[in-house]
Amino acid sequence: MRVLLDDYVGEFAAALGLTAQLTGVSFVLAVAIGLVLATFRISPIAPLRAFATVYVEIFRNVPLVALVLLVVYGLPEIDINIDFVPSVIVAMTAVGAAFACETIRTGINTVDVGQVEAARSIGLTFGPIVRTIVAPQAVRSMISPFVTLFIGVLLSSSLAAVVGVGELTFTVSSINNREALGLTTFLVAAALYAAISLGAAWLGNRAERRWRVTR
Amino acid sequence: MSATHSMFDTVGPRAQRWVRIVTAASVLFLLGLFAVAYWRFYESGALAPSRWYDLYQPHNVRYLGNALVNTAKAAAGAAAIALPLGLVLAVGRLSTRWWWRWPCAAVVELFRAVPVLLVIYIFMFALPAYGFDPDVYWKLVLPIALCASAILAEVFRAGVLALPKGQNEAALAVGMTKGQAFRQVVFPQALRLVVPALVAQAVIVVKDTAFGYVVSYAELMHSGRVLVSNTGNLVQTYLVITVVYILVNVIISQVAQRLDVALARRRSGRSQLSLLAGRFGRRPAP
Repeated sequence: MRVLLDDYVGEFAAALGLTAQLTGVSFVLAVAIGLVLATFRISPIAPLRAFATVYVEIFRNVPLVALVLLVVYGLPEIDINIDFVPSVIVAMTAVGAAFACETIRTGINTVDVGQVEAARSIGLTFGPIVRTIVAPQAVRSMISPFVTLFIGVLLSSSLAAVVGVGELTFTVSSINNREALGLTTFLVAAALYAAISLGAAWLGNRAERRWRVTR
Repeated sequence: MSATHSMFDTVGPRAQRWVRIVTAASVLFLLGLFAVAYWRFYESGALAPSRWYDLYQPHNVRYLGNALVNTAKAAAGAAAIALPLGLVLAVGRLSTRWWWRWPCAAVVELFRAVPVLLVIYIFMFALPAYGFDPDVYWKLVLPIALCASAILAEVFRAGVLALPKGQNEAALAVGMTKGQAFRQVVFPQALRLVVPALVAQAVIVVKDTAFGYVVSYAELMHSGRVLVSNTGNLVQTYLVITVVYILVNVIISQVAQRLDVALARRRSGRSQLSLLAGRFGRRPAP
């Protein structure tokens, strides 16, 4: 434990930073793309609807390991050269966006159809309906699924270790190679992951309670 | 319009023209996208027949077929451990005795919050030093099973909590013990509620078996790696393997959805899959 504290604090901090970067960037991009996909899925434009549906089916069902390998080692073969970290982010985002799309769509569907119809019948147009009726209710119902999504993205960032990107999981195993401290090293990483996950869950719970609508 | 949300009204003549224009534009855009992708593949030579040749040679097809069987073995092994373990954890978490409830809750929360890969590394690099050094099959299956059991525990628990309280109260009122009420009244009904969600979780287990790549267990992903190092056709091999994974998982998802619809119709209630399966990768929605 002493060795871990004295020699490896810097390394742990750097690894945690990289994990945070992978998670943060992928999560934000996934939500943004998920929003576009969800719009496609509920839009009256048939080809866009079909595209989004197929996209979601593919990327919800693909193992991230396969996708990471395909992006990291496959893209250079078709003459697209990007760095390891952006490559991993691309793979994480592609999968995350599929789940974000479903989360958003489910959230929108929790808003009763009657409310939209009522709003339309009193003369509201599309924009105000989304802004004042659908979004406020849908977003509230999405808080906890989004926390779940965030934790999923966080855990999926560990996949970067497979291609040797020095985030938390990779760093822990490389420290273990040098020091052979047994379980301790790994438990530190587990504790860090758990702390972030549970922290996010706690924040989500608070937000949910704070903005809850009592009907 | 059944697939769309009512947020978009049934469109009038002017809007219909708009829909037609945007439809045409989006078709062109999507075609353009596919054309660019196709061109990239074509130009880099990835589509050359010689690069696909190895993949459909009988011995390689047999090799990948074997690998798929191993994937199934790993997934089945993990599921066989995770189901009973998840049930025990769920029952423990629902228990009224704190010394039984707290440890179960802690285990569930821990394994939901930790990446499978980290647990796999623990089994590969840390535990052998303590004399626990099983076959690679178990180094893959045990971590997957541990993480999956935490998810399944939450699915079981959600099923029990989704039952009306009156079921349990009525059972207690007619003189059953707590154990009897759970075994004979609550659990059978809860199980029926969560069966589709349990099937849906199989997708997660199948996905996680791709970590065979890391532990060198001869399932699909690792066999793909071997094939790539023999033939050098990386994109082609990994693409085929990825498609196989997607097909298997789509079939599992479809089965889960059909089951859900069938069971929901039988009790003329709401779909439970939507309640339980809003998950990313490993966590069911609470």
